[in-house]
Amino acid sequence: MSASFSSRPGPGPGPASGSSGVPGIASLPAMPLAPGGTPRALAMVERAEWAARAFARYDIATVRRIAHAAALAGAAQACRLAEEAVRETGFGVVEHKVVKNESCSIGLWQAYGDHDYVSPRIDEQAKILRVPRPAGVILALTPSTNPVATTFSKIMFGLLTRNAIVISPHPYAAGVCAEAATVMAQAAVAAGAPDGCVQVVTEPSVPLVDALMASSRVSLIVATGGTAMVRAAHSSGNPALGVGPGNVPVLVDATADPGAAATAILDSKAFDNSVLCTNESVLIVVESVADALEKALTRQGAHLTSPAETDAVRAVIFDGDRLRTEWIGREATAIAAAAGIRVPARTRVLITPIDLVVPEEALAHEKLLPVLALTRVPTAERGIDVARAVLRISGQGHSAAIHSRDAATVMAFGSSVPVMRISVNVGNSLGSSGFHTNLAPTMTIGTGFTGRSALTANLAPEHLVAETQVAYGSSPATPMPSFSGLDPWYAPDGPVPQYPVASNLDDAASGRSAGRGAEHASASSAGANGVAGPQESDELRDHLRRLIVEELRAMVKG
Amino acid sequence: MTGTTSSGAGFDYGLFSFASKDEMLRKSQEFWNPGKTQFWIDSGVPLVIDRREGYFLYDMSGKRLIDVHLNGGTYNLGHRHPEVVHTVSTAMQHFDIGNHHFPSLARTALAEALIASAPGGLTKVIYGSGGGEAIDIALKTARHTTQKRKIVSIVKAYHGHTGLAVGTGDERFSQLFLADAPEDFPHVPFNDLDAMEQALAGRDVAAVIMETIPATYGFPLPNPGYLRAVKQLCERYGALYIADEVQTGLMRTGELWGITKEGIEPDIMVTGKGISGGLYPIACVLVNERSAGWLTQDGFGHISTFGGAELGCIAALKALEITSRPETRSRVHYLADVIGSGLRRIQDTCPDWFTGIRQNGVIFGLEFDDPQGAKYVMKHLYENGVWAIFSTLDPRVLQYKPGILMSPELADELLDRTAVAITKAAREAAGQHGSRAVRAGWEGRR
Repeated sequence: MSASFSSRPGPGPGPASGSSGVPGIASLPAMPLAPGGTPRALAMVERAEWAARAFARYDIATVRRIAHAAALAGAAQACRLAEEAVRETGFGVVEHKVVKNESCSIGLWQAYGDHDYVSPRIDEQAKILRVPRPAGVILALTPSTNPVATTFSKIMFGLLTRNAIVISPHPYAAGVCAEAATVMAQAAVAAGAPDGCVQVVTEPSVPLVDALMASSRVSLIVATGGTAMVRAAHSSGNPALGVGPGNVPVLVDATADPGAAATAILDSKAFDNSVLCTNESVLIVVESVADALEKALTRQGAHLTSPAETDAVRAVIFDGDRLRTEWIGREATAIAAAAGIRVPARTRVLITPIDLVVPEEALAHEKLLPVLALTRVPTAERGIDVARAVLRISGQGHSAAIHSRDAATVMAFGSSVPVMRISVNVGNSLGSSGFHTNLAPTMTIGTGFTGRSALTANLAPEHLVAETQVAYGSSPATPMPSFSGLDPWYAPDGPVPQYPVASNLDDAASGRSAGRGAEHASASSAGANGVAGPQESDELRDHLRRLIVEELRAMVKG
Repeated sequence: MTGTTSSGAGFDYGLFSFASKDEMLRKSQEFWNPGKTQFWIDSGVPLVIDRREGYFLYDMSGKRLIDVHLNGGTYNLGHRHPEVVHTVSTAMQHFDIGNHHFPSLARTALAEALIASAPGGLTKVIYGSGGGEAIDIALKTARHTTQKRKIVSIVKAYHGHTGLAVGTGDERFSQLFLADAPEDFPHVPFNDLDAMEQALAGRDVAAVIMETIPATYGFPLPNPGYLRAVKQLCERYGALYIADEVQTGLMRTGELWGITKEGIEPDIMVTGKGISGGLYPIACVLVNERSAGWLTQDGFGHISTFGGAELGCIAALKALEITSRPETRSRVHYLADVIGSGLRRIQDTCPDWFTGIRQNGVIFGLEFDDPQGAKYVMKHLYENGVWAIFSTLDPRVLQYKPGILMSPELADELLDRTAVAITKAAREAAGQHGSRAVRAGWEGRR
């Protein structure tokens, strides 16, 4: 299309500057309606509405075929997209992003592919028929830190539950998110998914996201990202599954194996340079094992900072108590260099000892980079108090970790620390996100009521689908018939929607809607369409034949 | 201008007011058009459009109607589409109609966008203030290019009412004003290639003008290959092919221009109505290089003060952008699928009355088993909250044109209302005419 169609904010067909470009015109407002392609984004939601409506009637076999195709396509591009994500955002580690991208494509297929979020279930005991009903149009907000993995996982969940999804990526990662979504969207549609069931906003902006969130055509917002955005999602008037930020305390008690704990904590903290919201933030260690743990940490690639170095690191990565975004997901060695600290090249994590976990200690706040605060406590009981102090700063409802062999301590930790999931003797990055535990694997961590979210679990497909409960009277006198063999859903027999071929050209017109669900199975009577009778058609055919023959003759002569 | 109510206060529109709808209708007959005013009263459609918004019209009485007439596609994007309204309102702080003598900012920008969107071969744009003028421009251009006078159109064609355009259409409108000129405007039956070839064989025809699907004739579909064969005949006999895309363009067939679906690159293409979003009149003639000669030879050859008014061009730029979005195309395909299958389900309940569905995208001609069948259906649709119009030149057929941005819910509502109206119309027609087929069909289903 012509450049005149740009939906970017700009002057449109007015003076090039958009204001005061023409003598005598003080200020000419920009022509487009809203910044950043908002009308296009709203058009996507309207298209998604059609897709959702068609998708909601698909059967389980087709849904599985679609989700599997998307998963394979995503996995095939895991490396390329990991490289592009790091290139575009500057966050994280390519090889770790490959792991996440594979985990969130084929990994999620392996985890959820045999679940059925589609077929009706019958509870004969309760005399209730349960019919899964997808949310409809899901607006998915994805972060810059885990752009591809979050995009993949939300699309996978959407496809498994027959929802249409519109991805609105963080502006820092808009390019790679668009690519990731397109990879899965094309594979899904090629496998039979309805056109437009996966779309991505290409020019995200704050006003655009606000407009999308306020759209009455959005059925559910799934917001993974910063607090302000999650709050906005909750305030939008639409149902929203938002999650809060993390700030993960990890307790190592006297019963823990210091070597094993050090390995788990360092691998987790170094994973993708700490961009997962589940990465450890404050290490709380019981005095009796502290020296052993510090030794093990140092041996395995951590650098323990001196008090002066701690101050220098704090000054580099924090502006007051605000994390400087330019350091998110950067290497430990780069942070050390900026702080003027000489560290071995193999250094994966900087460990900064602090005495007190309080709001004015910046290092006790969430750190999406490989810097881990460390504080010593006399007892596990005191350690639990400190873990609670970490979460008073931020991260309530999110996640925590503990390294301990004592059931009573783990029980005390689990019943006192205000989070919805705790990883035990395993790194929290991949533990609480369900990849190294048996929690539901996800990129979206529900922070529960204490974390001001209606979602308490790890986001899973089941959260994107409701069910209609068809209930018979409880009296034994009211029988429930057998529903076996009844499936309200269908397998489409071609692209959805059908290409709009003129009705007199469409040989299959009479059977075109067959298979669109039982109530759609009717057909128009043959010969009802068009104006040409059989005689006219014959004449036309003859005439065309004559024209073609003449054309061929002319070509041979020429 | 403020909103109005039908309460005792009457109808106050700021600049003018009416005490009642009756008074308004009386004055309409007295000062405006008695024939037209009376016709609608007699047809059971006493509509005086008051408020309008999206795909809804509101009669002065407050009655809401889903608009599937859209004034021939003028309101393709809905009434007062917010993006177009905003664009035009904003533009009015800088632009007006412009001066047709000079190179123009908005006219040039729209021309570039139109050419980028158009079938291959079209290179320049000439503007009119309405469809009729645009057709006249197309016909004049063809005459200049070929130095021939004759224009061939189909029987029951409709291309507008201006000086030349009216000659291409039905005698009802040309003879009324002594404007028929059969020697220069031969009419041939639609879908009849032999007749077309006979008309062209003398090599004295400047152009064949065709609506891609003849709207006012009730959207009879061109037979497979018919239009391409006509184009080939034009090439063989030295005539130009003019595609009238006023009603079939702008995504109504599921592609931006209906003619591209036929695989045809016309010499001249005309668009109007919906091109400017129903907010500012404008029509456009797109011509190929061969036909563009007069624009160089004498650029002042066709003068039109309001042709290509700049505000209209800006409205059109926005309307074209909205219409061209991939999202819009996808939605039209869904809508065509849903309305098409929905109408076929309705048809299955009364196939002897509702005898045919002509469909290409969201262009529908609904056939009924009565010479005036569509008038019954129109009336019952009106009573049931839908405004659709019969085909002037074939009142058996109802024109049914859902807006391209219609939502799924509104599509469902439209089908519900349509099902009820068609059934009621069947009953009335059966009662009026005692049509055996209708009665049998109806009773057989009870």
